[in-house]
Amino acid sequence: MQKPRIRWHIAVFLAPAVLVYTAVMIFPLFNTLRLALFSKVDQERVFVGLTNFRTLFGDPIWSEQFWNALGNNFWFFIVHMLVQNPIGVALAAILSHPRLRFAALYRSAIFIPTILSFVIVGFAWKLILSPIWGIAPSMLDAVGLKALFAPWLGKEEYALTTLALISVWQFVGIPMMLIYAALLSIPEEILEAGEIDGITGPSAFWKIKLPLILPSIGIISILTFVGNFNAFDLIYAAQGALAGPDFSTDILGTFMYRTFFGFQLQLGDPHMGSAIASAMFAIILIGVCLYLFGIQSRMRRYQL
Amino acid sequence: MKRNLMTLALASSALVATSAYAEDVTLTIESWRNDDLTLWQDKIIPAFEAEHPGIKVNFTPSAPAEYNAVLNSKLDAGSAGDLITCRPFDASLALFEAGHLADLSGMEAMGNFSDVAKSAWQTDDGSASFCVPMASVIHGFIYNKDAFAELGIEAPTTEDEFFAALETIKQDGTYIPMAMGTNDQWEAATMGYNNIGPNYWKGEEGRQALIKGEQKLTDPQWVAPYATLAKWAPYLGDGYEAQTYPDSQNLFTLGRAAVYPAGSWEISGFNALVDFEMGAFKPPVQNAGDTCYISDHTDIGIGMNTKSANPDAAKTFLAWVASPEFASIFGNALPGFFPLSETPVEMEDPLAKEFVSWRGECESTIRSTYQILSRGTPNLENDTWGASVAAIKGAETPEALGQKLQDGLASWYAPQQ
Repeated sequence: MQKPRIRWHIAVFLAPAVLVYTAVMIFPLFNTLRLALFSKVDQERVFVGLTNFRTLFGDPIWSEQFWNALGNNFWFFIVHMLVQNPIGVALAAILSHPRLRFAALYRSAIFIPTILSFVIVGFAWKLILSPIWGIAPSMLDAVGLKALFAPWLGKEEYALTTLALISVWQFVGIPMMLIYAALLSIPEEILEAGEIDGITGPSAFWKIKLPLILPSIGIISILTFVGNFNAFDLIYAAQGALAGPDFSTDILGTFMYRTFFGFQLQLGDPHMGSAIASAMFAIILIGVCLYLFGIQSRMRRYQL
Repeated sequence: MKRNLMTLALASSALVATSAYAEDVTLTIESWRNDDLTLWQDKIIPAFEAEHPGIKVNFTPSAPAEYNAVLNSKLDAGSAGDLITCRPFDASLALFEAGHLADLSGMEAMGNFSDVAKSAWQTDDGSASFCVPMASVIHGFIYNKDAFAELGIEAPTTEDEFFAALETIKQDGTYIPMAMGTNDQWEAATMGYNNIGPNYWKGEEGRQALIKGEQKLTDPQWVAPYATLAKWAPYLGDGYEAQTYPDSQNLFTLGRAAVYPAGSWEISGFNALVDFEMGAFKPPVQNAGDTCYISDHTDIGIGMNTKSANPDAAKTFLAWVASPEFASIFGNALPGFFPLSETPVEMEDPLAKEFVSWRGECESTIRSTYQILSRGTPNLENDTWGASVAAIKGAETPEALGQKLQDGLASWYAPQQ
């Protein structure tokens, strides 16, 4: 009888990832949550319990900003869900059409913006949309639609939507690629069996392919949700930390940044900043849990 | 032999109080102005060392964005330089309160500066000064002289003339009347509100009264500048809402705009770019003959580390920084950053000369939100950015904006409650 050996190699192989992940993700996360319970009084850090959260939600100066940022964040997310993901699915469906020529070229062209830095995207679009140097006004002029042009990034009513659409432009490649992969994995036999039953063309997409890629769409939705509620870079690159005009593009990320690190004459407040970061964490956690337990577990899966 | 000399030197230094540093001492300066490194090494330091044999000076700047953090850790570790370049207001005040900056109130050379100049580096009650003021930036308007000549208009001195000039430029259509955007927000407050505002709230008088709680942001003198800003909108060119700060600079230097609401720090940059003649006019007054007020904003000072090993040499250097000689070297090497000493400095750059000449004609003040009033949440300076933009866009009435700012300030600032 041999004693079961302790399998050391498992621990050894896991260690690097676990250590690095703990050091750069888990520890900072818990430290941030801890920091949110403190405050600075007379140069001393003192434990104040939930006071920071009471200020954040109870003091109108803070809560107004918070709800404004949260509302903007939801709008940012909704635009992505309504524009980015349907377009991504549509592009994937078109790309997977067997008779489409240059599919690889289109695929790369649409995917390339995803790998660009936020700073480049923000700067490039600011230039494109600039009322002074931009090509957007002259292009609209060329087709006689100059009247439709407005300094979108500078108007409260359009700025956030414009930025959301820029972000959609940048990231539409990701749902496209994921759905494309899911579509390719659907076996030909199923489609052929459908054809025999008279399901062809668009109805094959709606009745056969779409139900089969629903789990992928679910994953994409949750990735979009997490990505959008953590978003910061694009707004910061395009509109600065004050998320102008008049905070109309302020999302939780920029609100947290401004509070944590301070801005111009405003000194940073790491404790209130941590409180906002904790609220962001809670929102994302709730969103992900709702998805995991409310939607994912009920989703029907098909054995292919 | 050397040892003997040193003994002699030590003995003499002990005897003669005025030359306590006969042996070479080296002073190190901490600064964020790494742009000015060559200026310090080639002009300022040699001039000082020539006059003060026995003191060597080392200028060791760090990157502007890192300066505060680097300086704080050096001060805590006790490895910071003898002399410390001071940011204005709260950042330096915190250093003084933590015991890192020496009290310089007793220094004779501090008498070379006006109260306004010193206000950026004083305790709130003005009892202690901890940095020697070095330079300020002045607000006003820079204009394209060629364009003005072409259209037959003169630099305006009153508000009526100002808007009449803008109207003429607009009617002509060759130039955008004024280059300023609201996208980056700060220009609207800094080059807008705090540029024209001092004429309404009478500079220091209003600013001090606001700090003391005797005036409110809802008072007419604080609200009226917003009403004037609202009149700027038609002259700012198409799509000013999305126009950024670099956009405005380019519009003006390319000769496409006639007037540029400015800070004097633009001078050296603009000099290198424009191919037309530039002039400057001060913020127009409401009625001809009114006293004019300008925003002469304190920006850089220099103080002494309390832990300096050579306090006497450091004080000698500070006294020299306060002298007219330093002012003249500094002011001419960096046109647009104006020395703060009361002895007038002869400027060579014509545009800088124009700006600095206003000090003789007008009362100086600093930006209204910088001292004390931006310590709390909501931050008055940041709120003023938003309010100035809203005023220009006409999104809210000046009265509503004043009320909003007042409510925000009153929520944390006791004298306004």
